[in-house]
Amino acid sequence: MAVDIVMPQMGESIFEGTITKWLKKPGDKVERDEPLFEISTDKVDAEIPSPSAGVLKEIKVGEGKTVPIQTVVGVIDAAGDGAAVAKAAAPAPAPRAAEPARSIAPAAKPQIVPPAQAPRPAAPAPAPAAASGPGPASARPAGERIHSSPLVRRMAKEHGVDLAAVPGTGVGGRISKQDIEAYLAGGAQPSAEVAQPAASAFASAAPATQRAAAPPPPPSATSGGQTHVAFESAVPREKMYFGNYEVQPMSIMRQRIAEHMIASKHVSPHVYSVDEVDMTKVASLRAKAKDEFEKRYETKLTFMPFFVKAAVAGLRAFPTMNASLDGTNVILHKEINIGIAVALEWGLIVPVIKNADEKNLLGIQRNLNDLAERARTKKLKPEEVQEGTFSITNPGVFGGLFGLPVISQPNVGILGLGAIEKRPVVINDSIAIRSMCYVTLSYDHRVVDGAVAHQFLHKVKETLENWSEPLL
Amino acid sequence: MASGKPNGNVVDGNGSGGPVTFLEAIKQAMFEEMERDPAVVVIGEDVGVYGGAFKTSEGLLERFGWERVIDTPISESAIIGAACGMSYLGLRPICEMQFIDFIACCFNQLTNFVAKGHYLWNAPAPIVVRGPSGGGVHGGPFHSANPEMYFVHTPGLKVIYPSTPYDAKGLLKAAVRDNNPVLFFEHKFLYRRIKEELPAEDYTVPIGKAAVRREGRHLTILSYAAMMHTSLEAAEALAKEGIEAEVIDLRTLLPLDEETILQSVKKTNKVLVVHEDTKTGGIAGEIAAILCEKAFGDLDGPLMRVTSLDTPVPYAPTLEDYFLPNAQKVFAAAKELARY
Repeated sequence: MAVDIVMPQMGESIFEGTITKWLKKPGDKVERDEPLFEISTDKVDAEIPSPSAGVLKEIKVGEGKTVPIQTVVGVIDAAGDGAAVAKAAAPAPAPRAAEPARSIAPAAKPQIVPPAQAPRPAAPAPAPAAASGPGPASARPAGERIHSSPLVRRMAKEHGVDLAAVPGTGVGGRISKQDIEAYLAGGAQPSAEVAQPAASAFASAAPATQRAAAPPPPPSATSGGQTHVAFESAVPREKMYFGNYEVQPMSIMRQRIAEHMIASKHVSPHVYSVDEVDMTKVASLRAKAKDEFEKRYETKLTFMPFFVKAAVAGLRAFPTMNASLDGTNVILHKEINIGIAVALEWGLIVPVIKNADEKNLLGIQRNLNDLAERARTKKLKPEEVQEGTFSITNPGVFGGLFGLPVISQPNVGILGLGAIEKRPVVINDSIAIRSMCYVTLSYDHRVVDGAVAHQFLHKVKETLENWSEPLL
Repeated sequence: MASGKPNGNVVDGNGSGGPVTFLEAIKQAMFEEMERDPAVVVIGEDVGVYGGAFKTSEGLLERFGWERVIDTPISESAIIGAACGMSYLGLRPICEMQFIDFIACCFNQLTNFVAKGHYLWNAPAPIVVRGPSGGGVHGGPFHSANPEMYFVHTPGLKVIYPSTPYDAKGLLKAAVRDNNPVLFFEHKFLYRRIKEELPAEDYTVPIGKAAVRREGRHLTILSYAAMMHTSLEAAEALAKEGIEAEVIDLRTLLPLDEETILQSVKKTNKVLVVHEDTKTGGIAGEIAAILCEKAFGDLDGPLMRVTSLDTPVPYAPTLEDYFLPNAQKVFAAAKELARY
């Protein structure tokens, strides 16, 4: 019995995934729910459990390939003990990370099944990650108050429907008349599709118009009941839906950014310092060398490598800037790995230039080009966005005079670069036109004090203003 | 609008020839009722020689004479008192309030005598009190009132507030023939803005019956008078977004046609009430209570209302525009309700 392995949907807004690694080769025996391959979607990487026990017969989509969700990526020759099992498990929405997926593997590893999940029926486990409620059909966590209406309650009573199983698409996740009608029409099978008719009933009446009825607010984004602090709202949800609107689910990457920013602001008391760097010397050196540089190395020379090198000089002089904080222990990193914020059309990612202190301008520029290019083509490997010890962000490229960035954890500082522009400055009591640039430092005051921060910034400034390293 | 010139139409007693305005429909109703029944008289300020401030009684004096078309001093209380007495002696007076705002001056006559006469003394007062009401014409706080709810709260009266020329004529004729005191509100914004072809023959529109103006399934908009047209406009826009609103014209506020309302709610399960009257104590609140009492199990959303603000009608045009409901406000509320 052949069982298809499909690319799972890793989140509402994810429509494709990249297979980063097959953990089994064709011919390998595989247990049900055993990690079979690894995928990457935007910033998320996960191990995908096998939908069935058996032998991996065929790999249809190789490593590095990106395919739409539900694409068959391989085939398992099932051991014959559970065709139905496989069928049910295949399209199961995979959890965000690999760990929860493993923990709902009742057959393969009964010894680690938590007590709460023990009564789960062994065979056709649809394994919806969100179904944390007691009933397999539960549309919301147990104990959550069900909002409906007198009509809906009456209809539920008349048809013997448990409202806990009906997905609500009304304001604040309320179960509306359309919801229960859809539920009844759908043979009591709650699914995302069934929950939609409220909106589509409106839309179908005017298919040609661009301004289709705004969809009803979706059910609370956190169907698992737990709201991450990053997704808390300061006002009741109902207050956000008014007038014309469109609901765009946050991409997984956006969600990770939100979580990270909130966590960083929550953990690190941010202090900000600003300094001003005279970039005239660097600018003129670069202007003189850039054509030859490009000819020789086939890459443009940008300003960023100069800033990276200057930051390295600062970090060497003030090692507490190149640190992480673990409880009451300050971890002073011996490597200098500098994360560079790369703006993407769909978000932001911070790939890391490893051992930046061991590289010259050319090495940094090449490394930077490579990372940025792969960030834009979603080819970054997980380890390439990890182990940064300091970071640099460049709001200046978008014309910002300067920015006050949020620290990328677990760093204790981030350098923000403003736009380089010619400004009148006073030198020796006369006014000169110089290429100036504001640099800012956001730092974690638990570890870094103002004195160090300003000395660091000054070191960065001094390095740039007195540039000595040859460009070619 | 409020200072409209005489429209010059010659009253000929039958509705022949072309669409007529709301104002003309009222004139026809009075003319025809006076022709039909010699007991019908018209009484009010400037209704005779001047033909009425809005020319609704133009030509009546010439046709029916000063004994049946009576100009009064500026005393609304006297108009109602006289009419009440006339009705006891077998006449059927139609009283005109020059602006309905001034009906407050005869509040005592209406609520304590006219409304209670039948109950207290077996002395029904078959009078009609009519007058131009409503805002949207920059009439300011003394010439824009919607005082219907004072009287909806008064047992013994009937309260009519039509929205079309056909209904205005048919309901006014029904009011004249009704043996109860009837208050008849004429929204002056509609006077010359809408026209309608009317039947040549005599007809009445039953008091106490609402009309479904537009069928729909997603929600019900209950409205009346000028706001009925605003609601229809909003319903048109809603339909473009796939929201089918049922629009019901209440027409009579007392007695309210609960049956039609409840039938619609059974179908749509959501109700939006739109009225030009101010919010607090408006008919929407009464309807909300009726729905809770009689249709709770049919409700799939809260009753919502779009009304004027709880202030006097402002004089400044911009403020009045802000004060009044409009199609955009109705549209927005209906969308919110549909989505609820």
